[in-house]
Amino acid sequence: MTQSRAAWYFAWALLAPAILYVLVIVAWPLVETVRLSFTDASLRKTVNYVGWENYTRIFDRDFAEIILRTFTWTFFSVLLKMVIGMFGAVLLNCAVPGRNLFRILTMPPWIVPMAIGIFMWGWMYNGQFGMISGLLQRFGFVDGPVAFLAYGNTAYWATIVTDVWIGVPMVTIYFLAAIQAIPRDLYEAAWTDGASRWYRFRRITLPLMAPAIITMSMLSLIATFNSFDIIWILTQGGPSGSTTTMIIDTYQTAIGSKKYGQGAARAVVICIFLSLFCIAYFRMTRKLSRQEKV
Amino acid sequence: MMNPARRATRILTLANPFSKRTRTSAMMDRYTWFEVVLIYLGIFVFLAFMLAPFVEGFLVSLKPLSQLFSTPYNFWPENASFEAYVTMWDRIPYFALYIFNSLLIATAATLIVLVLVVPAAYAFARFSFKGMPLLLGAFLAVSMFSGAVLLIPLFRLMRTLGILNTYWAMIIPGAAFLIPSAIWLLRTYMMRIPPELNEAAYMDGASQFYTFRRVILPLARPGIIVVAIMTFIGAYAQQFIFALTFNSKTEFMPLPVGLFAFFGRQEVVWNELMAASFVGIAPALVIIFFLQRYLVGGLTAGAIK
Repeated sequence: MTQSRAAWYFAWALLAPAILYVLVIVAWPLVETVRLSFTDASLRKTVNYVGWENYTRIFDRDFAEIILRTFTWTFFSVLLKMVIGMFGAVLLNCAVPGRNLFRILTMPPWIVPMAIGIFMWGWMYNGQFGMISGLLQRFGFVDGPVAFLAYGNTAYWATIVTDVWIGVPMVTIYFLAAIQAIPRDLYEAAWTDGASRWYRFRRITLPLMAPAIITMSMLSLIATFNSFDIIWILTQGGPSGSTTTMIIDTYQTAIGSKKYGQGAARAVVICIFLSLFCIAYFRMTRKLSRQEKV
Repeated sequence: MMNPARRATRILTLANPFSKRTRTSAMMDRYTWFEVVLIYLGIFVFLAFMLAPFVEGFLVSLKPLSQLFSTPYNFWPENASFEAYVTMWDRIPYFALYIFNSLLIATAATLIVLVLVVPAAYAFARFSFKGMPLLLGAFLAVSMFSGAVLLIPLFRLMRTLGILNTYWAMIIPGAAFLIPSAIWLLRTYMMRIPPELNEAAYMDGASQFYTFRRVILPLARPGIIVVAIMTFIGAYAQQFIFALTFNSKTEFMPLPVGLFAFFGRQEVVWNELMAASFVGIAPALVIIFFLQRYLVGGLTAGAIK
């Protein structure tokens, strides 16, 4: 009894600093965000409670459109990350000379300071002198220069491509590890029975990677939903709001216009969506682990 | 249905216990020349996407401005020079300071994370008292919220603490969001340390703290190193939003924000910006090169059962 009592005190003593830190820097601000979302807080000294006004006023502007844009932007980005990451992982798993070097070469976008990678993309998207527009013209795909960040449609896709580029390395390395964790015996048995590569990929690799795919798409989903740096550096939400996602909108309202109350209400909406994603994820993993037991 | 040739090799290799794995594996991994070409082609396309910005950025840093702003577009630089790498130091007077700030902020954040996470990860790995699984879930949920969502109260908190426009305003919030993945990673590592060691230490009359300090910490050192590297990379790579919002003093800016101010001007001197970027990412590239094995291990340790 004394042992376990001592262990109990010790365990919580070990945890206390981390708990305290997260309480102050994350949990308290979270509660404070909810409180602020019911006030008209701004740079003025006085703060009044305004009830649900901030939430109803959200819809004054094209908020529904912003939500929809955030979801499609996130969806395409996550989908491309998964597909390209799987493509890369399968290729980097092939036993060909040089694969260790190729694996290292996958990592720079993930490891380099994000902002710097984004600067480089900013130059590539330049209409007059950038690489993409230049090459497209050279090979005759387009007639004149394409300023990717100047038009709503191209800016939308340009920011997605950059986001995918930053996210792919982690997905690839993670998928690669998942592929390598699949017992080789399965492949050998299938190979003995004359199964083709494609068949082995579809019937062994994909099903056994389902948990890894679900985990990774969930982590990407949360990261992508929160993506700020890329859009802010490339377009700051423009042109004319075509790349304004919920995070960008919140930042513009809260920090740009100093409307803390309204910004907080938007942040709360984001938190609600994120919580829903998490709940869905835990449901899914629980279902999967139950299937494994059967 | 069965392919006789393949079946034969399988049976043959099974008969010889020494060559079982290698022979079948080697046979299975043998590609036709056509498949090899396809694989290399696929890898080339994949890496072209991953590396294009770096290649282009590097070539831009070599081009003189006059060639940069000329049409039609030229991929290869003519009369390439490293001049931009010299002139950028004048154009961006605080450049060396930006890199120093970046390293300082990343190092301080890493130290804070380690001090908090090492004990916590051990507690989560070794003890299972009531409430701890829930607490672990709560810690992991932190990574769900990006700093952007909590900016407003954090801004007011920093102002109340009087640390707006100091290094601390970037270090303290940055560290908090690096805690979840560090806890998860280190906990996974520490769970592999046999619990019998704790029992043995207890039998010998060692206190909990003594066991933690003298038995567990030395054994966990490789795991702690991996976590430190991962945290440092995260802290170095992701210092943007807090530095952008909580600090307006040029002399405290980390590299990304310092260059962002430069990037935002009308007349961007692109070759110098790219040269500066390459010098700025050099530390990260050196880290990848030397610690590649740790990186892959670190990234995947917590993931695969």
